[in-house]
Amino acid sequence: MKSLSEIETTSKRASKAAGFSWGEAEEIGKCIRQLEMFGLPGIKHLNSYFRDKEKNTYENLSLINQSNSSSSNPYCPIILGIGFLDQIKILENYEKIYFSNIAYPIIFLSFLSRSSEIIGKKINVKFDENEIFLNLNVNIYSNFLNFEFPKNSKNLEINFIENKDNFNEDEWKSLYKLSENTFVEETDSLKKGAAGAGLTDND
Amino acid sequence: MKVQLRDPNKIMRLSRLGSFHQSKLSFLRSFLNEFKDWEYKRDLFNLDRFGYGEAVYSFKKDKRTYSLVCFANKIDDDERSDRVIATKWDAAFTLHDGIPTQKDIDRLKNEVPRQEVGRLSFKELTLSRANKSVRVFNHVVESLSEGKQPDLELLSNVGYLYRTTAVYGSGKFGLADRFRIKNREEINGPFRLEMMLVYLVRQFTFDQVNHVAYHKNPSKAVVLDKKICKNLGIGNSTGLGMAPFIVNHPTLLNNWVMSREIALKKIREIKIVNKKDSDLFIECLKKSLTNIISWNTDSKYQQIKINKLLKDIKKFIHLIDNDFDFEDKYPFDKIYLWLEEKACEECIEYVVSIMMEPYNEITNPLVSQMSSDEDKYFTIPTSRTVKDVINIIEKKYSNILKINFTKKQNTQNFWFISKNKEEPRLADRFEEGGSELEQPLAIARDVKKLYKKLLDTKKNSTVAEFLSKYSELRHIVRRVFIVEKFPYSEIQDNTIGKNIMPIDMLRLKLSFFGALKFDPRSDKWLRICMFQGAPLPDELKNYDEQWVYRTGN
Repeated sequence: MKSLSEIETTSKRASKAAGFSWGEAEEIGKCIRQLEMFGLPGIKHLNSYFRDKEKNTYENLSLINQSNSSSSNPYCPIILGIGFLDQIKILENYEKIYFSNIAYPIIFLSFLSRSSEIIGKKINVKFDENEIFLNLNVNIYSNFLNFEFPKNSKNLEINFIENKDNFNEDEWKSLYKLSENTFVEETDSLKKGAAGAGLTDND
Repeated sequence: MKVQLRDPNKIMRLSRLGSFHQSKLSFLRSFLNEFKDWEYKRDLFNLDRFGYGEAVYSFKKDKRTYSLVCFANKIDDDERSDRVIATKWDAAFTLHDGIPTQKDIDRLKNEVPRQEVGRLSFKELTLSRANKSVRVFNHVVESLSEGKQPDLELLSNVGYLYRTTAVYGSGKFGLADRFRIKNREEINGPFRLEMMLVYLVRQFTFDQVNHVAYHKNPSKAVVLDKKICKNLGIGNSTGLGMAPFIVNHPTLLNNWVMSREIALKKIREIKIVNKKDSDLFIECLKKSLTNIISWNTDSKYQQIKINKLLKDIKKFIHLIDNDFDFEDKYPFDKIYLWLEEKACEECIEYVVSIMMEPYNEITNPLVSQMSSDEDKYFTIPTSRTVKDVINIIEKKYSNILKINFTKKQNTQNFWFISKNKEEPRLADRFEEGGSELEQPLAIARDVKKLYKKLLDTKKNSTVAEFLSKYSELRHIVRRVFIVEKFPYSEIQDNTIGKNIMPIDMLRLKLSFFGALKFDPRSDKWLRICMFQGAPLPDELKNYDEQWVYRTGN
């Protein structure tokens, strides 16, 4: 079994050899390490992307808008990912962001996962019938993790999920009420003696 | 009185970093302190009469056990090499997490002696190999087998029976990643498991030499005297592999140096020094002369430094004996200011280390702050502006901005990774090929390059906008934001200049390990000794904390 340290170092060096700058290669190493830690096929897709890159042309999109479409060549998932990471503080102001034609979307996902951590919001990604939740770079949750990730995504939609509860008020109240059963009803004597603070605010 | 932390522009110069010495903050000393209460045991010692076979040593506390698994092999003299190109060694070691089963030992027997080409598992924490100092080992065997103790002068000159040639950890060759074990309290300090490995290897070398001597002459052999054992350490040959580490781990480097600087600051701020503490300082200072006098090296570079150190230490001792009163206020601040004015860098840092000896209450809390969660500082704050980056560079890299990189001598060298051994190397850019594959270790040059580009960019542009145009400078932008928060994270010197002394970088790291007797063999590699004078494992429960200065060597 390869250690995550080996995975990160080798991905970084390979990325430099594939033509990325050292700083970009460092980002790639970090992202592939993260994907592999989540049990996703980062090494496999990076390898495959670098092989394809030798014969195909990819579009470099650095400045990202709300809607981004590449009609000719697919977007490079790395340049797109780094751009997304760098501009995340601006991009989070959009409710949704659209991309069409991204190569190796799983590589792009790893940058989205790190972006989710930076802004402290979950990110929901929909692409080609698939749905993925990126949870503050703590985990990645999806409805198709057991299936093969595609080499290309025709349409990809990103939603920033506002921080809100996953439950309704009734569910919360019900649970809170149950938790109150661990509290002791205070008698007058307990009210006077059991708290550490003074009894008036004037003392 | 408030003393300022020392200026990173002065302290982080290579000549100063290359003058650092071991101290109470050093990892081998903090390792001994942490593990002194653990139960030490030799679990297996299965060597043949020539000393070849397997052995297992362990430290145990509550439910946790760390086991050193040793494999000693026969090699021919012409196969023995300390260089990284070697493929065979006298002994190979791994630190196993837990108690190894026979199945583990069988697996490790096939992998550990092969070192870099073997595969370890997440159950192993560190990996190492070592070669005998054949001259010393054979002499000790001969002497013991004849019922005599060995020649102390020979032992003192060398200082060890074995020297390690590499110690690996943190995920290399399949070893456990740091994250798997980082929450264990007992290893909350850098390189603690590497130190444990080296320490247990030292004991193995004594047991092996006694074993071989006994089997050579069972009726007459004696065991190596414990006092002699104690004055032997483990040697280490270190090449350039260590140098890039301190560039590649800026927050870690900061935390090491920062701890030293905080300790010094707090000691200088002590208004009244107890007699007990000043006595201990003076005792360590005077006894440490033995360490300087017995510091042997053929390196002219180091000999000059040692001679200056000895001269300045004698001058300093003369001051302390005749013209200094520890009852004055802030005596350590006075000492420090005197040193800065009158002593060489080697001497300043030597005395700074000794100043820490009486002050466990200052050094102990700092030990746990010497690790770093590096990932926390990896992300570039890209919403900051170009103006911010310019300001940081002007404030934090003022020495570096003065270097003229259009001069050939300032870009003479380049760092690269050798294809043969995957190890860092340094070569002349104008004489050798390969500079197009240069590693990103020329920080000074790249900072200056970044600075020039920033000056030509709109000052209110964001870093994100800047990086979308100049992605080749991304690695250096990251560092600039790190040094903003971590003042001692950067070497304030040119690491590719004609006059670079790479051993200064090695020396810095080795001083934090706790190494003694730096012996440069060229400008690119050196030999050192670790644990010389340290307590033996069965003495750990009650040992002399100042053993470094009370060694017989």
